[in-house]
Amino acid sequence: MSAGLIYALAGVLLFVMGAAGVVMLDHLLRKILAFNLLGSGAFLVLVGLAQRAGGVDPVPQAMVLTGIVVSVAATALALALARRLHRAE
Amino acid sequence: MNFILDPLPWLIVVPLAWASLAFLLGPGRGGRLAILGLTLQLALALLLAGQLLTDGARVYPIGGWGAPLGIDLAADGLSALMLLLTQTVALALAIYARAYFAGGHGGPATWFWPLTGFLLAAMNALFLSADLFNLYVTLELLGLAAVGLVAAGGGGTQVAAALRYLLVSLLASGAYLLGVALIYAAYGTVSIATLTPLIDAQAPLAVWLAAALMALAMMVKTALFPFHFWLPPAHGSAPAPVSALLSALVVKASFYLLLRLWLGGFAAFGAVIAWLPGVLGAVAIIWGSIQAIRASRLKMLVAYSTVAQIGYLFLIFPLLAGGGLAYQAGAMQIVSHGLAKAAMFAAVGVLMRATGRDTVDALAGVAGRLPVTLFAFGLAGVTLMGLPPSGGFLAKWLLIDAALEQGQWGWAAVVIGGGLLAAGYVFRVLRQAFLLAPPATHFAAVPRQMEWVAFGLAAASVLLGLRGMELIALLGVGGAA
Repeated sequence: MSAGLIYALAGVLLFVMGAAGVVMLDHLLRKILAFNLLGSGAFLVLVGLAQRAGGVDPVPQAMVLTGIVVSVAATALALALARRLHRAE
Repeated sequence: MNFILDPLPWLIVVPLAWASLAFLLGPGRGGRLAILGLTLQLALALLLAGQLLTDGARVYPIGGWGAPLGIDLAADGLSALMLLLTQTVALALAIYARAYFAGGHGGPATWFWPLTGFLLAAMNALFLSADLFNLYVTLELLGLAAVGLVAAGGGGTQVAAALRYLLVSLLASGAYLLGVALIYAAYGTVSIATLTPLIDAQAPLAVWLAAALMALAMMVKTALFPFHFWLPPAHGSAPAPVSALLSALVVKASFYLLLRLWLGGFAAFGAVIAWLPGVLGAVAIIWGSIQAIRASRLKMLVAYSTVAQIGYLFLIFPLLAGGGLAYQAGAMQIVSHGLAKAAMFAAVGVLMRATGRDTVDALAGVAGRLPVTLFAFGLAGVTLMGLPPSGGFLAKWLLIDAALEQGQWGWAAVVIGGGLLAAGYVFRVLRQAFLLAPPATHFAAVPRQMEWVAFGLAAASVLLGLRGMELIALLGVGGAA
């Protein structure tokens, strides 16, 4: 089993755990954390599976960088909304 | 083609520019700027449609780099149609929103204008994207802007609805991204044009999984039954111009993406499970209509009607393989529902402002006071029911035609039944509006602008049926059908 495949399988595992967390957890903060886990899982699959003849493929790395920026923005929005909801209640 | 004057990149840059400027101007400002920008965008979209009709589909390499190093934009008939619809509806709603938020009657407009600009930039970029990863980024930007708009109302229920919408949207985008990762691993590219000939029925299991994940993600984002649970609270609690934007345009963006994937690349898988979206669409039509008929809140009624109308979009999938008719029906349904639903939410915004309440029961006596708005609601209803000569009629006619041509008459029965159910909830509102008002009823004054925008959109959705041939000609440019 290649290192890339191990990363990818770990990524899928993280993704599934994260998805289950977003759907099943009650606590809002935990849901947001679970979303981050899910995102990291997808990134790990992206980086892990795409190996170019043993070397590192730069394209998925660039994609993951973009993805991280997007997920930071999404997390910030989710936290801001959670805070507003907490105040409104 | 002059590189600088090409409308493709400007369709993304212009809304970004006015949104950022509106943000700098401060809370509640930027309405005039938005209308100016949107007029320019509409002109650009028309220019692009004209160019596509004469020169055919084309690709624009951003910054002159070109794929695989740079990012390509691509425009064909379907994207031009979506762009035209988006700019038209958004311009009308911008005029509406300026009156809606004027004087603070519609609640604080705070960040409505910048968020709308970012929403439109993301949506235009989505329609012009040529690769799967770019689509992911635009999809996320679109989702974040839409959530911001739902939350902009500020109340507890709005924030709760926005948060739920955000989590559902993030979960779906995550699944989509995992699909992109699997596809990249299998083929080493994310360009749709390159992938289309590569993927066939012999594709590895990972690609099947990717296709399933991405299709599922788009169904969740488009609020197809049984994933519609997030839509009524999000669309039903937002301010009227926001509900109209979300229901008319935003759900269509993820549907566009699904259609794009289904026609290019995933066609091989599509043949295997095409019945599934069809069946879910049929259930959505029935369930959404019944919920709309039972709803006591006016906005919930319209939101559930969106759930039902989205069902029609998914009816085309089982029929896509059998020729271009179903494809045309889907595009017509996108456009006619976009116009009609924007009109309906705009009209409901006027009615709510006048009666001060959000219930169907409060509408008694409205017919005498707000005839223009009620007529707009009725005309939009004509499109939703699918009566001639509306755009909805053309869409449903094409759909029934495609179903009968392929001997799958069951889908035709669903379309006809759905039209009757739509009549159920449209006439429920109209009947209440024509009752005599209780003597003590007070009607607040509503800006004329709002009434006429609702009417204009509704009239456009009905008259669309007369100009269907032009739209179908545009759709044929470089399209799959």
